Amino acid sequence: MADIQLKDLVKSYGPTEVLHHIEGDIRDGEFIVIVGPSGCGKSTLLRMVAGLESVTSGEIAIGGRRVNELEPSARDIAMVFQNYALYPHMSVRQNMAYGLKIRKLPKDEINRRVEEAAEILEIKQYLDRKPRQLSGGQRQRVAMGRAIVRDPQVFLFDEPLSNLDAKLRVQMRLEIRKLQQRLGVTSIYVTHDQVEAMTLGDRLMVLNGGYVEQFGTPIELYDRPASVFVAGFIGSPSMNFLPVEISTGHATLPGGGLLPVAAAHSGAATLGLRPEHLKEDENGPLAIEVDMLEQLGASTLIHGRLHGTGHSITASVPGHAHDGIGSIRRFSAAPELTHLFDTVSGKRLAV
Amino acid sequence: MVENRPLTAFLTHLVLILGVIAIALPVWITFVASTHDALRMNQAPLPLWPGDYFLVNMKQTLFGSGLSGTESAPVWLMLLNSLAMALMISTGKIAISLLSAFAIVYFKFPFRMGFFWMIFITLMLPVEVRILPTFEVVANLGLLNSYWGLSIPLIASATATFMFRQVFLTVPDELLESARIDGAGPLRFFFDILLPLSRTNIAALFVILFIFGWNQYLWPLLITTDTSMTTIVMSIKQMLEAAEQSPQWNIIMTTALLAMIPPVFVVIAMQKLFVQGLTETDK
Repeated sequence: MADIQLKDLVKSYGPTEVLHHIEGDIRDGEFIVIVGPSGCGKSTLLRMVAGLESVTSGEIAIGGRRVNELEPSARDIAMVFQNYALYPHMSVRQNMAYGLKIRKLPKDEINRRVEEAAEILEIKQYLDRKPRQLSGGQRQRVAMGRAIVRDPQVFLFDEPLSNLDAKLRVQMRLEIRKLQQRLGVTSIYVTHDQVEAMTLGDRLMVLNGGYVEQFGTPIELYDRPASVFVAGFIGSPSMNFLPVEISTGHATLPGGGLLPVAAAHSGAATLGLRPEHLKEDENGPLAIEVDMLEQLGASTLIHGRLHGTGHSITASVPGHAHDGIGSIRRFSAAPELTHLFDTVSGKRLAV
Repeated sequence: MVENRPLTAFLTHLVLILGVIAIALPVWITFVASTHDALRMNQAPLPLWPGDYFLVNMKQTLFGSGLSGTESAPVWLMLLNSLAMALMISTGKIAISLLSAFAIVYFKFPFRMGFFWMIFITLMLPVEVRILPTFEVVANLGLLNSYWGLSIPLIASATATFMFRQVFLTVPDELLESARIDGAGPLRFFFDILLPLSRTNIAALFVILFIFGWNQYLWPLLITTDTSMTTIVMSIKQMLEAAEQSPQWNIIMTTALLAMIPPVFVVIAMQKLFVQGLTETDK
């Protein structure tokens, strides 16, 4: 069990800086998810914590101890890889015991730990099989078992679920969460899937192009996204953005409608509206010309354009909606559920 | 592809049967020759069916002085020499190329690719090309007429290094990273992970290299002057030229038959691993 500090962390490959001055305090026992689009540097950051990538400048501390120069094995961490990285020629038992064997633990202690981990993960009956005789989900469990037996201070997960099918992914997601809560080990989890991030993390670190866009709880990120990027990345379907003019508590929409917003500010801004916060309202200022309907069962997504302009917009309405393609439907949004961002920097504007 | 055309079936079988005859007939004649006495072997036409001198010939070849009237080493000693040489060459080649491939793939050191290409270039320098300088070196080291002299100059192998490099490149990086997190050092990783994963490739290469070593002719001929160091392949040629008598075909053919056994045994014993090693790409 340990906290992790990232201090002014920089990673460069030659002259190219790929991670820019990352700061982060991770508390003991916390489950942190690093999320971002591919190429944002999230795996690099995780691998730096693991010791598989060198640190260009800055410091990583685990449990108050600087680990920049330590070998991965000396950092007291365990890592679960995307493609499991099980040793193909060893049985499940040997795979799980390998790290302990190298650490020269007594045989009965190794056996006890392996049995215990196998018990927790329900893979006892597979202990003597080879990895290739297991399904993807079972391999994933073995990979986690290998992490558990080490009894590390930190778990690192590198997109561990992306090779599984959708149903298994949801199931394993829950299991990982439960397991982490049960063991109480500080964990860092990398994913590009925002749903996975929202459901797993105590806190989320959103990375974009090597910068931390926002670091906070899932609800904070959803309710008060710090930038256009976070606003668009978190939440599904993603947020609508419209260029607006603000004056005296109203936003002038591109089509000419006036939407009340909570803003002290005036001038040009980017207005963010979540599809699920748009309410159908006969007198609403948002007139949407419907292009397409997506039936999700419990709700329907209405894809369209803001009437008279080219701005595409999506609204989510409860229940079914069968027709109305080409028609105009009007919506409004509560002022406290609108988001305003700077047009240039993309940062959230203070209310 | 399943086709049912009698003519194609006939033609393909014809080609196959001709191929089998072309390969098997000399072997059969060798065997037949080893079962007759010297007298019968010098009369035309050559016998096509086995006679009853097999055991006699075998005994004289293996434990007698081989050809009557010469002072060559008994064939069992030659077999032993050949075996020692072939084993030393094949295991030596495998050990050295495994290590050099390991260094080239997994370690970053200055001029890494330079070294790789230097190893690669030795493909152009088989022993026949560098025979004079190599002989000079071996002679100066006092290795003439020894197993070391027979095997060491043939041990460096670019082909095997290259092959193991390709094998190691197919091993996923995550395995290395995983091993690093598990606390395995480079040598531990090499022995615990890489070697077991290259098992089939090692076996395939062993088969090829064993036969390569067994079939060495020119090099042993050069550096062995002592009859007790003669290898079997070179001795067959010497037997043909022995003395001023007509060749003793029965003995020569028995020797040839004996010379065939170890390679055949190696191929048959390792056939399954051999095919796997050359065909499987998935790690």
